[in-house]
Order: sequence, then structure tokens, then C-alpha cells
Amino acid sequence: MATLTLKRKLAILSDAAKYDASCASSGSSKRDSMGGKGMGSTDGGMGICHAYAPDGRCISLLKILLTNFCVYDCAYCVNRVSSNTPRARFSVEEVVDLTLGFYRRNYIEGLFLSSGIIRSADYTMESMVRVARTLRETHDFRGYIHLKVIPEASPTLVEQAGLYADRVSINIELPKDDSLAALAPEKDATGIKKAMGAVRVSEEASKEKGRKARPPKFAPAGQSTQMIVGADDATDGAILKRSEGLYGAYRLRRVYYSAFSPIPDSTARLPLARPPLIREHRLYQADWLMRFYGFDRAEIIGETEDLDLTVDPKMAWALRNRGEFPMDVNVADRERLLRVPGRGVRAVDRILDVRRFKRLELADVKRLSRGIEKLKPFLVCADWSPGALTDSAGLPERVRPKQLELF
Amino acid sequence: MEVVRLARETDFDGWRQAARALRNRRVPPESALWTVDGQASLFGGRSPSEIAAEPADASEATGGRFTAPKAFVDVATKVVLHRSDERFALLYRVLWRLQDQPSLMHIASDPDVAQLRGFAGEVSRAAHKMKAFVRFREITDEDGEAYVAWFEPAHRVAEATAPFFVRRFANMRFSILTPDVCVHWDLAALAFTPGADPADAPAGDALEDYWRTYYASIFNPARLKVDAMQKEMPKRYWRNLPEAALIPELIAQAQGRTDTMVRQAPSEPSRRVVKAAVRNSRDAPWEGQATTTLDEVAAGVDHCRRCDLWRDATQGVAGEGPGQAKLLFVGEQPGDQEDLAGKPFVGPAGQMFDRALAEAGVPRAETYVTNAVKHFKHELRGKRRIHQTPNAGEVTACRWWLDAERRIIRPRVVVALGATAGLAVLGKPTPIGKVRGQAMPLSGQAQAVVTYHPAYLLRVPDAAAKAEAYARFVEDLRLAWRLAA
Repeated sequence: MATLTLKRKLAILSDAAKYDASCASSGSSKRDSMGGKGMGSTDGGMGICHAYAPDGRCISLLKILLTNFCVYDCAYCVNRVSSNTPRARFSVEEVVDLTLGFYRRNYIEGLFLSSGIIRSADYTMESMVRVARTLRETHDFRGYIHLKVIPEASPTLVEQAGLYADRVSINIELPKDDSLAALAPEKDATGIKKAMGAVRVSEEASKEKGRKARPPKFAPAGQSTQMIVGADDATDGAILKRSEGLYGAYRLRRVYYSAFSPIPDSTARLPLARPPLIREHRLYQADWLMRFYGFDRAEIIGETEDLDLTVDPKMAWALRNRGEFPMDVNVADRERLLRVPGRGVRAVDRILDVRRFKRLELADVKRLSRGIEKLKPFLVCADWSPGALTDSAGLPERVRPKQLELF
Repeated sequence: MEVVRLARETDFDGWRQAARALRNRRVPPESALWTVDGQASLFGGRSPSEIAAEPADASEATGGRFTAPKAFVDVATKVVLHRSDERFALLYRVLWRLQDQPSLMHIASDPDVAQLRGFAGEVSRAAHKMKAFVRFREITDEDGEAYVAWFEPAHRVAEATAPFFVRRFANMRFSILTPDVCVHWDLAALAFTPGADPADAPAGDALEDYWRTYYASIFNPARLKVDAMQKEMPKRYWRNLPEAALIPELIAQAQGRTDTMVRQAPSEPSRRVVKAAVRNSRDAPWEGQATTTLDEVAAGVDHCRRCDLWRDATQGVAGEGPGQAKLLFVGEQPGDQEDLAGKPFVGPAGQMFDRALAEAGVPRAETYVTNAVKHFKHELRGKRRIHQTPNAGEVTACRWWLDAERRIIRPRVVVALGATAGLAVLGKPTPIGKVRGQAMPLSGQAQAVVTYHPAYLLRVPDAAAKAEAYARFVEDLRLAWRLAA
């Protein structure tokens, strides 16, 4: 076989990595390169997106596979053993050099390393850990590292991954265990869940208070996972129920939803269609409601139902629960104000701040919100009451977007 | 009209000094004009220190001291970096209003406060984008390697953002050149020099080609969302981003690339991969353990992945019968009914088989009935699943299970029903017409009898031929039963 150039390898192994939605560099501990030998910093809060691809996705990390050779045969994956995709493999040094070279030029926040499974889970995981260890120990790299964890790898290696990485992730892949068994024969849902549980245990052990010798930090930015949407027949309700379970059981920071996207050299067993991007968008909105707006999954959607694609889930909830409205912005508490459609957490907090000094009028709310027309039926202000509008039959038509957002 | 001449565009201290003096002298916002040195010499004006030197209005003297809320000062330090010419006047207006309305900064819905916060937000965003979009290029000078970037920030944030780069690249010499000001870090201290020109920055870097390769490869053409990209990476930044040159081409090709992926027929795996997979699955022991009971065989068959047939089947179908049977029947594979029921020979061929067994005087309950292949191989035609003959690879893969059943049961006679079973039992293709009706030696003192598959009897078109084949079939069953006795 002809030797591949480094550039060709980079093309193959980043192309192979792009189906993982996550590229976040947020939520880690605060640190910088002052007083060290190397480079790198994280500010602890939000990450930095150094570029955006024309798919609108943030490019924050160098997101690559160590190799896309793989002995697994997951139907949804471009790198499955039976695919004819071109194959390549980086050496540990190549990944380290690319990461440092890109970082030094301010192209990236760090590295997101994943890999196809070669030889064995342990062999593969060990190579990935070696990349992270070299960056941290040899080069004193203090930027962000996200390592994909192979659930079948030994607990010792997972433990090491957590010591070097800011974030670790194990992909749940599919919303239903039987679809996983069907589409990813070598993967085992029970094994994936066991591995997530182990990460949570390590994470919590490292944060335990009152211990004299506190163990080193373990993945300070926590763990995340990804679920593919539209590759099996799971309903939105089933998908969100699974997310709900994962957030609860393993304390995940994020569940990423990835609309199943046609891949080159695909298998006949999956839908060859454009990815359901609006559905993905609605799932993220619903996920947000569960995490930041105090909604229970069951309030948003039943297990066998799908989300309404034409209207966002908060608006859909408001239309189903018109008895809760209109809400008086000058009186309602935070929890209830968060349920008013079309307003974010920040707008609500601003309203609460302003309210201490003056009674809000419609013009005030308008300046604090993105648009007022869709909100009006749900609000009472000093100089506005929607009257019968809240309960009018024509309300759904009024608040529905005239045209679906073009994706 | 009081005209204030500030020293620089970002002269926050000068603004504060002048604003404090003007407010003490009760100069209302509409009577103050804010200019920057060199920009508006036709207005004349005085510098902040000249203004501050003039004593405050005695009747209104506050001793030159008053306070402004911290929230205002925090916002003001950002707002002076904004490129709007209104910024100094706006700040003074809000400062003026704070006298009568000390809580003004909390009223985010006030038009002045909203604009102030809007400006501050835009400045923060510009600083954030600077952290994101600065692109260093490597140079070598007398002191070794260093990194230089040319950047055009949306607002005058270069100086304020410099410490971020120091924290990140403390051990790397760098300069960030902008039209407003240039930032230099020499590993010890930050230095600032006047604004520069793009020509002062290096023209390229060897790694940019790799970065562009990465940018193009990480893009998924099936998810084109140009607006989302442009919202976060506005066009004003593109000319200094090496990767941005690729954007028009990537967008133009996206539709075509996606259509190709969607239209392209799913490909067959390469022969090398298929062969390796077959070899691996055939040679691999089932979880490393040989099965020792028929229950283990049944459980193993259900989870078997030794070949691909399990994918489309409902379940693996193991054999059925007593563990000490003297006679073992081997059919081809489960059919549609067997796949659903999980039992062998329950469909139409099974009924034919039962009829023939009865006629030959062979009690089925005393025999063991199984198949050469344990999963249903079929293709869909409309809504019906049509039987497909398993290939030699599948038969070989599944021999693992047949061998286990034979090892556990130790039958005296094995009857192969049809050509597939013949292949599985004898290990080679066997013409049934030639070898049927006779006993053939097998290893372990057992004997084999090869005969038709009952499904064959259903398919013989000619009635006379059918009757004749059926008679031979019954005869073969009798022979086997006799040999087993």
C-alpha cells in the first residue's frame, strides 16, 4: 500500500470524525499557561468556537479519529468494517504535533480524539490515552482535551483517560437497545451503560469533600453522549425519555442529538434521505426545556408521541395549557415566567430585575425580548391585557411561523 | 457648549475626568460635545485636564466627589471600546441621569440603558471573536521562532483582549497587529505600538494548508446551514481567516455531494473484508466455550453472529427432540413459519415430513429434528418472505451448532434431508439421486442416510413422479429407522 501523506490522513480522519456532533470546549476548570513550559488555557465557562463550517457547526476542537480502521460493523457508521471508505491511521506523534501546531496558531481550543476499534478495545483505548498523556506530560499542554471512551476498555484505562481529559464521552448511539443490537451488532447497550456509570463514580470520587488526599481531578468538564436521530423508528418521546434517564442516572452534561445523515458508501439497511434537521432542532429545544426551564419530560411529550415540527415545544406546551395564561409579568414568579413562550432565561432574569424598580409596560417587555407579537397573547403588563385572545381558536395559527425555517 | 478633546479613541480615564468635572458644574448632556484629538480640530475644545482644572460651580459644589454604581463603571469601560461616535455622549447622558435615578442601571428596559447594554454586548462579542479568529503565522527572527497575526476587530478591543493571549501563550513570543493598535508579548511584558497595516504581517504559514484541509473535511455537506454559519462567523472577518476562502466552493458543491450520496446505491463491502469476516466468524469459537447441553445450544443459536443471517431473522431455531435420540434428522434451514414459531419443521414441509414419518412407522417424538442452518435466509417479495438457499459459507459457519448437537446426542444414524443437509453432514456436495437409499459411514461409529428434502416432494410437478419420490422418501426413512434400532 502506498504511504499516505499527513495531509491525506488528516483529510480521511477528520472526514471520518464529522458525524460526532459534539465540539464543545466548555465547562472545564480554569487554568492557563503562566508558570508552565507549554501553552494552553481554558476559562472555565463557555468555550470558544474558532470557526464555523458552512453546516453552521462550531469548530472548536481538532476533532479527529486516531484511525478509521475498525473491526465493528455498525450500520450507521461510515467507518464500519464493511464500508469501502478509504482508511488511514495516525501515529501518536502525528496527532500530538498537529494539535500543538494548530493550537499555537490559535485555530483550536484543543483536541477531541476518537477512534475506530483496532485489534482490541484496550489496545485502542491505550493509544488514545497515550496521545493525551504525551500532550499533558511531555508538552505541558493546558488546552482542552475530549476523549471518546470505548465502553469495552478496561476500567484502568478509562480512569487514566479521565485524568488527562477535560471531558470523556461514550456514545449511547441509538435511542432503543434493540436498535443498537440490530444496527451495531458488536456494541452492547448494557456495556455502554455500565461504562457511563463507572465514569460517574470516578467523577464523583474526585470531587468528594473532606478527604485529606483528594484524588486528582477526573474529567472536570464531565461526560456527554450522542444519540442518532432518524436511523431507527424511535419516537421523539422515546428519545427524550432515554435522555431523561441518562441525565438522571449518569449525570451527563449534554446529550447530543445527531440527525442521521446520509454517509458515503452507506448500507441498504438505513434511510438514504436528507437528515431530519428540524426534528433534531426540536429535540434540542425540548432537551433545553428539561434542563434549564424546569419542565418534566412528560409535560413536553408522551412516550409514544412525536414533537410538533411546526412550532417550538415551549409554544406547543403553552397552546395545550392555555389555562396557565395570561401571566402577569409584574407578579408571576420566576418559575412560571420561564414557561412563557418566546423568552429565554436571561430575559426572565432581566424582567425580575427591572420589576423591583418599576411596573413593566408592553414597550419594556419588547425591549427585553426578541419579538413581542407571539408573546402578547400570553402576557399581562401594566398597559396590556390580551383579553379573549389567549383562548381564541385562532391562536395556534397566529403564533405558528408562516413558513418553516429553511434548513 | 463645552467641547471635550479626549486623547485617544479608547480614553476611558480622560472621559471620566472630564465627565466628573462637567457634572459637578452641572453642564447638561446636550451642552457637551465629545471629540477625540486629531479628529475634530475645527471644534477646538479642551482636554480633560484643562476642564478639570476649572473650579466647580460654587453654589452646586459637591467637593468634586460623587459616586456612580459599579454596574455603570463596568459597562462604561466596555462601551468606550465601541466604534460608535455616540458612545461618550451616551455615557455622559446616563451618568447625568443617575443623579436623579440611582437605580437606573437596573432598568434594562430603559432606552438609554438598553443602548448602553447593547453597545457593551457588541464589544464583548467583538472581544470574544478576537479570541476566536486571530490566526497566527510563524516567523523566524534573530531570537528564534515567533508568531504574528493581522487582525481587524469589530470594535477597539485589541488592548483589552491582549491578556487573554498572554495567559494562553505565556511561553511563546507573539504580536497581534491591528489597524488600531499592535500588541506584543516578549515572554516578559506586554507592549503596545500604534496601529499597523496588513502588509506588515507575514503572508502565510505552512500549516494553513492543513487547517484548510481540516476545515473542508469536517464540513458535512448534507447539513448545509449557511445562515447559522454567517451569524456566528460574519463576513467582515473572512478576509483574515485562511479557511474562509473555501466557503463559496464548499457551499456550491454541497447540494451535489448530498444528492450523490442519497442517490448512490449502497455499495457491497469489498471481497477482502467479506472473506476476512467469514473466516473470523467461522473460526472463532462461540465465546470460547464448547456447549455441553442442548439448552446451551438453543441459547447460543439465538445469539449467534457467526454469519449474517441473524440480522433479518426473528430468531435462531435450534433442534427439537430427546437428548438420547438414536435418529437425528437434519433439514436445510427454518422457513417462514419455523422462524416465527422457533421450532423446526412446523410449516408445510413439516407436515409432509410428519405424514411420511407416520407412514414409515417412525415416531417423531423419539427422534431429534434439526437444521443445517439455524436462521431463516430469505428475501422479501412484496410482503412475503421467500426462502433462499443458504450458501456454503453459511452452512460451514453453522456447522458449529450441528456438530455440537451431534456431539451431545450421539445418534446412531444421521439423516440428511436434501442437498444442503448433505453438505453439512458429509462435508462435501453430494448428489442425492446417486447416494440415496444406502447407509454411509460417519465418524464415531455412526451412519448417514441421505434423502430428499420434504419440501422437494411438494414441488415435484408431475403427479406420478411425485408419488414415486414420496415412496422412495418413505423407504429411506424406514431404512434409517432400521439402522438406528
